[in-house]
Amino acid sequence: MKKIEAVIKPFKLDDVKEALNEIGVQGMTISEVKGYGRQKGHKEIYRGAEYVVDFIPKVKIEIVLPAERIEEVVEVIRKAAVTDKIGDGKIFVTPVESVVRVRTGETGPDAI
Amino acid sequence: MDTGDTAFMLVAAALVMFMTPGLALFYGGLVRSRNVLSTILQSFICLGLVSLIWVTYGYTLAFGTDVGGMIGNLEYLFLNGVGTDPGPYSDTIPHLLFVAFQLMFAVITAALITGAFAERIRFSAFLVFTFFWTTFIYLPVCHWVWGGGWIGEHGTLDFAGGTVIHINSAVAALAAAIVIGPRKGWGREAMPPHNVSMTVMGAGILWLGWFGFNAGSALAADGIAVNAFMTTQIAAGAAAFSWLLYEWKFHGKPTALGAASGAVAGLVAITPAAGFVSPMAAIVIGLVAGVICCLAIRMKALFRYDDALDVVAIHGVGGLWGALATGLFASLAINPDGANGLFYGNPGQLGIQLIDALAVIAFSLVGSLIILKLIDRFIGLRVSEEEERQGLDLSQHSEVGYTL
Repeated sequence: MKKIEAVIKPFKLDDVKEALNEIGVQGMTISEVKGYGRQKGHKEIYRGAEYVVDFIPKVKIEIVLPAERIEEVVEVIRKAAVTDKIGDGKIFVTPVESVVRVRTGETGPDAI
Repeated sequence: MDTGDTAFMLVAAALVMFMTPGLALFYGGLVRSRNVLSTILQSFICLGLVSLIWVTYGYTLAFGTDVGGMIGNLEYLFLNGVGTDPGPYSDTIPHLLFVAFQLMFAVITAALITGAFAERIRFSAFLVFTFFWTTFIYLPVCHWVWGGGWIGEHGTLDFAGGTVIHINSAVAALAAAIVIGPRKGWGREAMPPHNVSMTVMGAGILWLGWFGFNAGSALAADGIAVNAFMTTQIAAGAAAFSWLLYEWKFHGKPTALGAASGAVAGLVAITPAAGFVSPMAAIVIGLVAGVICCLAIRMKALFRYDDALDVVAIHGVGGLWGALATGLFASLAINPDGANGLFYGNPGQLGIQLIDALAVIAFSLVGSLIILKLIDRFIGLRVSEEEERQGLDLSQHSEVGYTL
């Protein structure tokens, strides 16, 4: 099993969710996060004084899937989230040791 | 007694009262969230402290019978002899109503200064400062201009308090910013406003209240009041617009904070002139106020003083411009009890306006510096560095503005 963590632009969340629904991805966890990469921050101006705000709001999607589906799902997320402008985000894939469903106690891929 | 005038002045006094909580929101939105309540409270509590000063000994020192051009006598101590019959300042409204109207002015003047030392003053020191400043600076200056003192006798026109309120408080703000020193991290860390929506709402309340402030200064529901009402609206709107356009052109984007700041700058500038100039003059006064007050904000970076919420740039520069503009645009055709200004063939009026404004600046600056230095010596003006980092809401009041 693997976990996908996709950090994307917030306004792209709906597109990504719909695209994942279409290919049968069952669930996801999202959180509002802040950060920056090459995009850096944005500028705010108050009474003529400029402030650089480093951390920009993003949405992080977390999905755990059987390893064989990862390639397909990453590509679907990438296509749905891309705007071709700087700051579109990153997708990380990491191994997952175990998953437990709280209600039934099932473990492994059955619990996803 | 005139019931129409009385009804109008009751409403005007209430409107001026509303400016102080409006100012609290205006200032409260401009500070960082950890100081929002302390900033709001500094304005709000002036309604308590200054009210007590005013009705015990304040009113009589400001408006009692003149003693040597400098101060009022003690005939109205504890409002002795002040009742619901008309007093010496108006034949048509109760004397007590005049006291109430002027009380609201004294309250907001003290509150205006708090923008300079926001985010770092000890609450106890702030209360002591407000007590001494109102007693030793506001009361004499108010008497000089309106209570039969030397500035009024000299012929200065100050319809609703450009000099008494705005220049006076802004000079005290400058003194306070210098004595108390900049906020920790000033010039290195970003200190953006935590809630500009609150600030714009506060500016809207100030604008509303200003109709009471300026129109009410006619002390009657008459044509002068109507003229003051219109010049107030026009100058505020023009200044909001010119500030916005100026920053759009020179800082890249039009901002809500700019429009709100501009509106207040325009309101300040029209205050001394409101009952003496025409609506068309108000356009010029407002347009100029928006631009010069926006420019004036750069002064604090130039001179290295941290006037946290720009009291000097908006109330000082705006008030001084208004005082001079009164000397330019005043017209006997608008108000036969006023005077003609430079553009109506009386250049001397401009000189009178300038000299008297400079006199108030000198008095307020020196007096405020002395008061601040004494408080710093005996009580200490400033919170500790740790308390400042923690925020004044927690360190001074054990409460927080937001639990989200």
